[in-house]
Order: sequence, then C-alpha cells, then structure tokens
Amino acid sequence: MAHAYTPGLKVTSRMTYKVIRMLPIKGEVNVKVGDTVEADKIVAATYMPGDVYPLNMANLLAVPPKDVASLMLHKEGEKIEEGEPLAQTAGIFGKFKKIYKSPYSGTVETISDVTGQVILRGPDIPVEVRAYISGKVIDVAPEVGCTVENDAAFIQGIFGIGGETFGNIKIAVDTADQTLTAADLSEDMRGCVVVGGARMTVEAIEAARKFGVAAIVSGGMDDQDLRDFLGYDLGVAITGSEKKGITVVVTEGFGDISMASRTFELFKAFEGHEASVNGATQIRAGVMRPEIIIPLDAGSTDAEPEHSGGFLELGKPLRIIRDPYFGMIGTVKALPSDPHVLGSGSKARVLEVELNTGEAVIVPRANVELIEV
Amino acid sequence: MTIDLENINVILATDCGSTTTKAILIEKVDGTYRQTYRGEAPTTVEKPFANVTIGVTNSVTEVGELASRQLTNEDGTIKQPAKDGDGCDLYISTSSAGGGLQMMVAGVIAEMTAASAKRAALGAGAIVMDVISSNDKRRPHEQIQRIRELRPDMILISGGTDGGTTEKVVQLAELIAPAKPQPRFGSEYEMPIIYAGNKDASDEVQKSLEEDWIDLAVVENLRPKLEQENLGPARDKIHDVFLEHVMAHAPGYNMLMDWTDADIMPTPGAVGDILQTIAKKDGINVVGVDIGGATTDVFSVFDETFNRTVSANLGMSYSISNVCAEATMPNVLRWVHFDMDERQLRNRVKNKMIRPTTIPQSLESLIFEQAVAREALRLAYKQHKEFATTLKGVQQQRTVGDTFSQQSSGNTIVDNMKLNLLVASGGVLSHAPSMNQTAMMLVDAFEPEGCTNLAKDSIFMMPHLGVLSAVHPEAASQVFERDCLIYLGTCIAAKGAGRIGKPCFTWSLTGDVTASGTSNFGDLDLIAMGPEQTGTITCEPAKGFDLGAGNGKKVTHEVRGGTVGLIIDGRGRPLGLPTDRQECQQTISQWVENMKLYEEMEQAVCTA
Repeated sequence: MAHAYTPGLKVTSRMTYKVIRMLPIKGEVNVKVGDTVEADKIVAATYMPGDVYPLNMANLLAVPPKDVASLMLHKEGEKIEEGEPLAQTAGIFGKFKKIYKSPYSGTVETISDVTGQVILRGPDIPVEVRAYISGKVIDVAPEVGCTVENDAAFIQGIFGIGGETFGNIKIAVDTADQTLTAADLSEDMRGCVVVGGARMTVEAIEAARKFGVAAIVSGGMDDQDLRDFLGYDLGVAITGSEKKGITVVVTEGFGDISMASRTFELFKAFEGHEASVNGATQIRAGVMRPEIIIPLDAGSTDAEPEHSGGFLELGKPLRIIRDPYFGMIGTVKALPSDPHVLGSGSKARVLEVELNTGEAVIVPRANVELIEV
Repeated sequence: MTIDLENINVILATDCGSTTTKAILIEKVDGTYRQTYRGEAPTTVEKPFANVTIGVTNSVTEVGELASRQLTNEDGTIKQPAKDGDGCDLYISTSSAGGGLQMMVAGVIAEMTAASAKRAALGAGAIVMDVISSNDKRRPHEQIQRIRELRPDMILISGGTDGGTTEKVVQLAELIAPAKPQPRFGSEYEMPIIYAGNKDASDEVQKSLEEDWIDLAVVENLRPKLEQENLGPARDKIHDVFLEHVMAHAPGYNMLMDWTDADIMPTPGAVGDILQTIAKKDGINVVGVDIGGATTDVFSVFDETFNRTVSANLGMSYSISNVCAEATMPNVLRWVHFDMDERQLRNRVKNKMIRPTTIPQSLESLIFEQAVAREALRLAYKQHKEFATTLKGVQQQRTVGDTFSQQSSGNTIVDNMKLNLLVASGGVLSHAPSMNQTAMMLVDAFEPEGCTNLAKDSIFMMPHLGVLSAVHPEAASQVFERDCLIYLGTCIAAKGAGRIGKPCFTWSLTGDVTASGTSNFGDLDLIAMGPEQTGTITCEPAKGFDLGAGNGKKVTHEVRGGTVGLIIDGRGRPLGLPTDRQECQQTISQWVENMKLYEEMEQAVCTA
C-alpha cells in the first residue's frame, strides 16, 4: 500500500457537520443549547471598539504638548459628537480664542502631554455572527459563541471566491461535462445556489450576478475568466473577502474540466434543498478549501461510512491532476516501487494508470488524487 | 548548559520546516566531522498530530535505520549520549514550522529607523508582515486599522537617535496601544513588544504601552546615531522572545526545547549565521538563495555586512501564480524557446497553485517551471538589492573630486562584480534534473559579473550547520566545506553592452585545463572543467566592457571547476533579451544548446 500525495477532496452524502460560530471579541450569545436555528439566525452579537482617530492637538492649536490637556473641553472617557467643540485655546485677554471642532463622533480615549496627541475613538461597530447552517445548537461558550450541528451532505471544492452565503440548489445543466454558459442562467435563480457541469464561462458568472444568484458552483473555470471577473490577476490564493455580490466555487480545477460525476449526482439528488456555501480558500499551512453544506433531516438515513482515502491501491479510481494528462480519470494499474525517470528528466516514484479510454500511462504519484465513484 | 566539545563524536540536527522535518547525522570520521546520513518525515505541527516532536522522532528514526544506529528511546525522545554504536552526543534543531516567526515592525522614518528595525527582524529570521512608520503615506487611523488586522508573534518598535527628539517615537507607541493587536497564538497570551528606539523616550514609551495585555521589553537603540546601526541587542531579544513566547506556544515545542542541547533557532536565522561565518572565514562576498513553495529568502554578505530579505509571495507552488502576475507572462515566456498557449498556461499555473505538491512530468512543463523560477529569483534579488543599502539619512562629506559622482546615501551594497560565491538551495534549484539547469537559472536571474563561483547546498543542510556553528564552529565549518556545498563551477561575465557578434572579451585559461578563445557579444559557452580542477583565467575585455578591473582593462582570476564547468558569458550586463518573440526563441535555443541544458536528461529518458 502506498500513500497518495494528494488525497481527494471530501464529498459525502451524509456526515455530522459541526460549525463553531465565534465572535472576534466577547459579546452576547443569543441562543442556548438545544435551540434549532436557521442558517440566517444571528446567534451571537457584539460591538467592536470603534475606529481610532489620532489628532495632533498641539499642532492644531499651535500650543506646547503639555498645555493640551488643560485646553480640552472634553476629558478622557467623555463622548463627543462631530462638529462639537473639542478644545479651545485661552486666547489673548479672553479674546481671539481658537476653537477646534471634533471631526468625528466618538469618545476621547487618551490625551498625551508628551506628544500633544489626542486619540478619539469612533462609535462601536456592531458585529453579528449568523448560524451559517440550519441545525441544532449543541454547545454554547458564554459571551463567545456556539456550535451548531446537523447531519449534512458535504462537498469540498478546490478553489473559490466570496464568503458565506446560502440558498436553494438549482441545477442549470444536464450533465457533469456540460459547460455552464450565460444561456443556462435565468431570473428565477435569484437567491439560489446554481450548479453547472464542466467549465463555467465569465459570461455565466456575470449573468448569475445580474440575476442575484447567491452562489455558482461548477467543475472548472479558465483563469483568464477569473481575471476578467475579478478585474485583477489573483496572485496569492487567500480568498473569501471579495465583495463581488456572488460566491463562486470550482470543484475540480482550472480549465475545461468536468465536475466529478459523484459530486454532480449528489447535487442532483439534493436539488431544491437549502445549501450553505463558503468560497473562502487558503492554500498555505492550515489549508482551507471552499465548501457546500446541505443540511439534511435528522436521522433519515445512516451516516455514510468514513472513506479510508489517501492510500493508493490497485484498482482504485483516481484522477490525474497535472499535464500532460490533466483531468483524465482512470484506475491504479500498477505501483512500481523503484523511481522512474520522467519525461522531464527528474526521477520520481510513479504509478501506472489505466485511463478510461483503455490506454495505460505512467504518472508521478504526486500528480494523482484518489476519487470516489 | 556546558558542552564538552572534545568528546562530541556524533551530532544529530533537525530542521522542522512547514511541510517536512529534515534530520541529518554528523559523525567524526578519522578525526574530521562529516555528514553521513539524512532522513525526513512530514512535519506534525498541524492537526491531527499537533505535536512537532512526532515528526522529529519519525525523521530521526529514518536516519537511525539508515545508519544502523538507535537514535531514539522507546518513548520517542533522543537517545544521549552516544554509546556502543547508539545515540548521539549533541542534538540541535531549527524551526520554521507553523509559518515561522512573524513580526510587525515600526519606526519613525521608513527609510531610516524603520528600515533598520526591518533589517534587525529579518536578520533574526522573521517574516516581516508590515512596516509602520510616520511617513509611510498611510493616515494614522489607517495604520491603526492595519495593526488591528495583523496577528504578529511580536512587534518591534524603533525610532529616533539617542539624544534626539522623543515626540515622534512616543506618538508611534501611542498608536499601537489603542489598536490592541492580537497575538497569533491564543488571545489569552500577552503580546510581546520590543522597544529599541531613542533611549530618552523609553520611559514615555513604557507609559504609553502600560497595558496588561502587553509584555514590553526595552533594549538598546538599534540606530543610536544616524550613521550607526546596532542591531545585535534587538536581534538577541527577538530570539529570546521567539523562544519564550512563540515556540513555547507552538504545539509540542516545549518538549522539543527540552530535548535540544542548544536554543532552537528560526531556520532563516541559522542560514544567515552559517553564511556569515563562511564569508568571514574566507574573506569573501556571498549571496545565498532559498526558493521555496511560498517564499524566497535571499541572504547576502558584502564586506562583512549581512542582509536578508524574504520575498513573501515569490515561490514555486503556493505563490507561483503571484510570480506570474508580478513578472507578467511575457517576461516568464521569454525564457521558453518554443511556443506555448498563454490561456492554457494560465490554467496550468493556477492548477499548480491549488495543488502545490504536483511535479512536472513533461519536459515542456519543466522548462516552463524553470522559466518561472528565473523570474521569481530575479524579482527576489531585485527586492534584496533595494533593501540591502548603506544607511540612509547619513550626511556625506563631499570633496571637489566628488563633484561629478553624486553619490547619495542609501545606495545598494550588493555589487555583483564583487560577488565571489553564489549559493543555491530550494526545490526547483536543488532538484533540477541537471546541474547545468541549476547553474543557468542562477546566472540568468542573478546576473553575476566578473568571476563568480556557483554552488548549491547539497541537501539543504545550511540551517542545521547554522545552529551548529553557534555550538561547535569547528564541526560546522568542516561539514560545510566537505559535504554541504556542491560546486557547480565558475561564471565569467562582462558588464556592458555591445553589438551582437562583435567581440566582448578574449580569454585564456591555464592550469588543469588549457583553453582560450574570444567571447562575442551574445555568446554563451561552456568549458569542461571538473570539480577537482582549478586554473587561472586571463581576460581582456573590449572597449565598453568590464570584468572587474575597469572598462577595457585586462584582468586575471583564479577559477575552479565543478559539476557544470566554466561558463563563459558574453551576453553583457545587464542581461537583455530580444523583444521580438521569434528572435528571442532563437537566442534562447542557442543558449540552451550551448549549455547542454536538456541534452543529458533526454538521453536519460531514452535509456531508462
């Protein structure tokens, strides 16, 4: 038995999915253990300390820093509204006083007699955390957040953009190898999670955005299309904060690549169900992949057994994930133990793959991923 | 702890990288320290293991199996001392796992104290996430917002010269307190802040940062005078804080710290140490590069001044897409001598980014990756040159003689003509199927001038040797010379530009190999000269070209051979490639052929 260097992405029809919903700082948790929540329920909320605005008051009033504190009309901890006088000079014989009006609303945080700097803090910023998936609250961390759990079908994508969203699944194509074009999108898909087959075109993504689609998922996309959609060349794969009005998830890779048939069938089986989608991707240490979660009715079927995944064995289905056979599907035919000289001249451990076309090819072990059929 | 150097015969060293933990064994063989075995295992900092020592034990076990030496006890700890053919006398380690040491630095003026603070942080082996300064063109609230967003392991504040104005540096401290930056590991820990600025401002800075969530340390000013940098105390403190806070909070490191006989060092800091040791010992100028999947580190020692830069988003897997975006695809493709479809290439690059562990299978794929590597290295070296400068802000005393050479402060100290040794490490350079490819990636990207030795770190053991040099300099030096470096050869290149086909320089080689010739502008030739062979080369540059002695002046250099040989580079500096795509392909094809870049491997594939 040998290890596959790139284990496939998780795709399962049923698993217990838990999601921890945490506030960035302490606040109020609005749910209790045992509550049933919808995906859009605000489970915890708080206020972040507002933005900070430093003002060089000594310069603004043209006085030495040590005099600033005595000229302040509002002391540390006091609230002030925009336009209200914040500081005032003594003037000459009580006249010609210079008044400085606050450019922001907020609270006076500090007054420095060394630098003459005054720090204003703006109004608190509300932060709300939603449940993200519908399910049951199974744990509450007081003042911090909660854990929501549900049985769910789970599909991990390989790359995405845009953050958390949810909507009902709508299949827009007939087969997993069909390109998703603008013609496949329509107005009645507003708020839906639209699923395509192979490559999605940039026109399709633009049409989806125009129709108010929540998320669009397909097998592949061209990098050129991604660039056209984003308006810039994505250099580093840390995504999720894009504000494009739609979440985009690619399940297989870049180029014209069909969605894995198991994934496509899973989406089809759950058409009309609500799904939660997150496009956030981080390909670094602590890798994060985009995901589609389809909450299920509790206990309707048994949980799918854990797939052992990750081990190359004779006969196991796999996909080649690098040129010159990129995207091709086959099975493990042989696992020679000795390193093999590749076409590139490098020596590497390889495997023999029998492609679906019947052809047998030699591929580095690093360039395959196991799939489930 | 006192170590009896006399009785050290077996040394075990590990380097815990982000993905792999590498272990090497060094043994005293016939009175000389030699690196004998190596092993590796996946790093186990992340879940589900979340304990770095598991990966260490696995890699050490592999070394032990190869060496037929029991190196671990039953509980996985390192067996010490060496006895009856088992165990080791000294165990040391470096680490860059979990993203290494991540710092934010702040200084009053971007080009002066902030630059010095950045140098101190980089020299200590950190990744600098951001540099905040009074003149960085961001408004104060934007700076505070940025400080809030970052989750550094520690913050270094500098600013002002001793005896100078205190106001600006106190202002800087006043920005940090309300921003309340959160440390990367666990919000319940205190944020370590090191102050290394104007000593007269330290009381006020301490007052500004008097918060229960801050652990403030004050050290000597890292820029006590404009014309003087004093980075040592700040670097030492960074190292202490790294051990006390960062390492102590990383999974399993408390245990690992108990195992080691010397402090764990950040990997890049250790590489910097060994390069400095070697540069000093041999009296040479050195540039070292380590190109990884996500980042590229460049180290340089010129006239005993050490500099290090980390190009955080220039790398060959996670960051490959960023290299193509920054360099632009036409610049990458100029190194490829055949047509490639750009739309398809863009998809390939992104697929490598999202599945970073794949390797090039076809020759076409390899050539493209090496083209990307040239651009990544070129950009990383450019950033390094811009950073490694003389101190900015220092007043220059001018004489009448300087009237026509308006030298300003802040010039780069990186001078390719003075460079003696260029050392390569990192996957794409170390694992290239042919060493000729490694040599040419170095020459094309770094453009060495005059006479430069090229070498590669055989199995990336510079980090191990760096930390060893702090404990046992003799052992480190012996292993570095005998086992660490593989000499590729020497590159002879002229600075200047001319017309294609016109003479650039004539050369004559004597010694173990005798040869002579004329290198015309645009020529690139390879002279066979083995690793044990040395010689003397005399070059006479044509007018407009310089080989180290000045424009058109004759020069003599001692040269050594290597696994590649002697490279006679008449392409001029700076290196220019034809802008016309067809013409460029023809030029590159000629160079590829002359340097035998892909010949040997084609044969290997045929005979395999």
